[in-house]
Amino acid sequence: MTGSQAPTSTVVRCHVNGRDVEMLVPVRLTVAELLRDRLGLTGTKVSCEMQVCGVCTVLVDGNPVSSCATLACDLDGTEVLTVEGLARGRDLHPVQEAFMSANALQCGFCTPGFIMMAVGLLDTHPDADQADIREWMDGNLCRCTGYEPIETAVTVAASGLAAATAEAGR
Amino acid sequence: MTAAPRSDAWEKVTGRACYAVDAALPNMAHAAVVRSERAHARIVGIDRAEAEAAPGVIAVVTAEDLGDLGRRFGHIVPDHAILAEGKVRYFGEPVTVVVAETPHQAADAAELVWVDYDDLPALTDAATALASDVLIHEQSYVEPGQKFLDVAPAASTDNVAHRNELAWGDAEAALAAAATVVETTTTFPLVYGYAMETYNALADWQPGSLHVVSTAQHPLMVRRELARMFSLPLAAVRVEVPYIGGGYGSKSYTKLEPLAAAASWVAGRPVKVTTDVEAAMYTTRADGALVTVRTGFDSGGRIVARDIDIRFDTGAYADNSPLVLTKSINRSFGPYRMPNLRVRGVAAYTNTSPASSYRGFGAPQAALAGELNMDMAAEELGIDPVELRRRNLLAPGDTLIEGKRPLDADLVADLDAVAAALEQHAAEPTPGTLRGRAVAVTASDAGASPISTAQVRMHADGSVTLLVSSTEMGQGSRTALAQIAARELCVPIEAVAVGQSDTRFTPFEWTTGASRTTTVVGLAVQAACADLWDNLRDRAAESAGVPVDEVRVSDGLIHVPLAARGESGSGADTVSGLTPAEVIRQWFGADAGEVVGVGVVRRDGATAVLPPFWEIGAVGVEVSVDEATGEVTVEHLVTVGDVGYAVNPDLVKGQDLGAATQGLGIALWEEMVYDGEQLTNPNLVEYRVPRLRDAPRRVTSVLAERGDGAGPYGATGAGEGALNPVPAAVAAAVGRAVGIWPTELPLTPPRVWSLLQQAQQFLGGG
Repeated sequence: MTGSQAPTSTVVRCHVNGRDVEMLVPVRLTVAELLRDRLGLTGTKVSCEMQVCGVCTVLVDGNPVSSCATLACDLDGTEVLTVEGLARGRDLHPVQEAFMSANALQCGFCTPGFIMMAVGLLDTHPDADQADIREWMDGNLCRCTGYEPIETAVTVAASGLAAATAEAGR
Repeated sequence: MTAAPRSDAWEKVTGRACYAVDAALPNMAHAAVVRSERAHARIVGIDRAEAEAAPGVIAVVTAEDLGDLGRRFGHIVPDHAILAEGKVRYFGEPVTVVVAETPHQAADAAELVWVDYDDLPALTDAATALASDVLIHEQSYVEPGQKFLDVAPAASTDNVAHRNELAWGDAEAALAAAATVVETTTTFPLVYGYAMETYNALADWQPGSLHVVSTAQHPLMVRRELARMFSLPLAAVRVEVPYIGGGYGSKSYTKLEPLAAAASWVAGRPVKVTTDVEAAMYTTRADGALVTVRTGFDSGGRIVARDIDIRFDTGAYADNSPLVLTKSINRSFGPYRMPNLRVRGVAAYTNTSPASSYRGFGAPQAALAGELNMDMAAEELGIDPVELRRRNLLAPGDTLIEGKRPLDADLVADLDAVAAALEQHAAEPTPGTLRGRAVAVTASDAGASPISTAQVRMHADGSVTLLVSSTEMGQGSRTALAQIAARELCVPIEAVAVGQSDTRFTPFEWTTGASRTTTVVGLAVQAACADLWDNLRDRAAESAGVPVDEVRVSDGLIHVPLAARGESGSGADTVSGLTPAEVIRQWFGADAGEVVGVGVVRRDGATAVLPPFWEIGAVGVEVSVDEATGEVTVEHLVTVGDVGYAVNPDLVKGQDLGAATQGLGIALWEEMVYDGEQLTNPNLVEYRVPRLRDAPRRVTSVLAERGDGAGPYGATGAGEGALNPVPAAVAAAVGRAVGIWPTELPLTPPRVWSLLQQAQQFLGGG
């Protein structure tokens, strides 16, 4: 039995997809549980529960994080971005567009994790090359596609973003 | 047909797609399963007092709480206890289920359930189980005359889940007279058909009804078992299957649904049961197999006979393994001319996770030995392995098995396409590596039972709701079936909505498996569309007051004689086309109403002869092997999808590459390892599946469309075909690279390294 003095809950204040969240959470609650069970953001999925499949990836202050293996209480003061926060109204994020156009999904269960990992990559490394893409995407599993269309989607998104950046700089 | 985009893509890239695991019901409680910590033991007692007193606990359920519910399930052999009763038969078997207000409370309380065991000898492999006097099942659960399709399980209590045979001619005599006999024995590992959404089920029992949302591939099969267990009419059991995160056969038939339903029955609340990867590995795996193939050849390299032994490690419960074994036998001798044949198969119960369907369904297990055997024979006979296959492959229209559908594919053309692509990109090994290439071909009696129904509801604006009970698990069935309906009804694909399967509303479907949906359900959709046109004609004739035979349908319009419509000034044969929407609105006399078409497929017409189609696997691989480490890299993967007609080419190619990649996983990395009673690698760190950087360096995906299938527009199925021959092809390619034929998968670096050492000793020793 845990000592009765040990705090079992704590208040967490953060932004999730731009929304203010202030909530009393059990200290054992994972980010994935907070998102899925408390905030109704079921786009984030869970599978391996040991940080090898990447399906639960979300961005915390811009960094990809396995939400199944991160505690919700550690989100205090952070900006969290999930797959639900990518589109602007009806306009999809370019990475989402690329996954659609490259047919880079089948069952779709891994898709939110891959998309968040790709967004995390391209936000921080807008000049990512093929080796970067392969290294980053190697942290996510897909059981349906055989990966080739996913690599294509991220490559397409990367070159689209690079072109857009070049256009903006002209 | 067309490159129609997936209808579910937007939902899936935005995180809006609702999967079974996302389903919730008001007042839902959560379950945690207490699993056996023994492989084989009597249950002496279960102390649940502490768990019952834990915070938030609603009920702690054991087998003794199940009252008059049916305690066991299993569509072929009803041997599978919902909760272990009397004894446990494998490590990880559900013993108790704790229902609590939250998942955390359930998990915490599950730690407080104490189970006392009295150990029995654990029979953790097939050879041990078949030789032992210790029985895993002490009674037979098979009723006399009980049958599932053509599988009639025998009442047995000798650790045999099923036994079957296929034979013609005199294989023994032909082998004795053969110019050359080549023998191959291979071990196919225990593999876990990892779907990223692990098994889950939500059940809500209320008096007279049971509502389940689960990851079931075959909701109608699950409904049947639940109805029996809960003594309910079929109509009172509602099984819903939203999107599911991968299936690959691993979610076939009943899994967690009875457990969730029984927990709901006891707790009086809707109950959700989920699994983590470890629990999923304890729920179902694929059959491991030891297969021996002996093939006799004449002096011209033509096969005179094959004698094949298949021994499955089926685990603690039969599940679908008797059918998998039967299919494995049918798929074991290859699509080769076979004057004499004997195949014997046995599926052994063992004290390990229960085995059942997985993509390929017995074909990869058998092909590993059968196709590797062809490569070994080619070497011994001094004939090129592609040429040896060419000499023996069946031709279109040939009979594989008497009484079954003649071959609806051109295997030699497929093989030649594979060989040409491999040849085109063949490369020399880089220093420190060895290279090997191989091809493999399989034919599977696919499509399962041709029983399907479809319903099309055309609305007052001419748009359509298509109702089917096919499960969308990623293969794109909702898209492909919508394409077929759109084409048949001459409407854009955007005008066709396809929903999820829900046994309360969607019509009967046998299964979603055996690569059957495009072919079998596609035919039902076509039939439903034809019925809809008939009904539109009837209504147009009735509205116009003319006999129905004066109304014609062409180009998506209904043509009614003008005179009959009271319009003047034209000849009697002049007609005017009405859109279906106009016909509907005219008949109802308002901008309202709908017309329905129903289509049925049964063992009749195009699907009178089984199987509905032969599913072809034709692949090639080139591998390089690192001489220092034994690491295998797939340099080139070639798949030929012989699908008759590709309703959606992108989806077919997606199936082929996905299936082949799972085949590469089995060939190179995946294996459930038992050490004594316990699975030693029940997680995805130690059970390694293919990752992005493991993908082949080059992929060639070819579609062969010869319009020779029984499905819509000459289509047959895809989904399993490209997996089936891959493990065999990789084994042969690695064998050719290192100079020793492997006998066991997966070909992990340590295994390949030791093959390299053997080869060196062999060469060194002359």
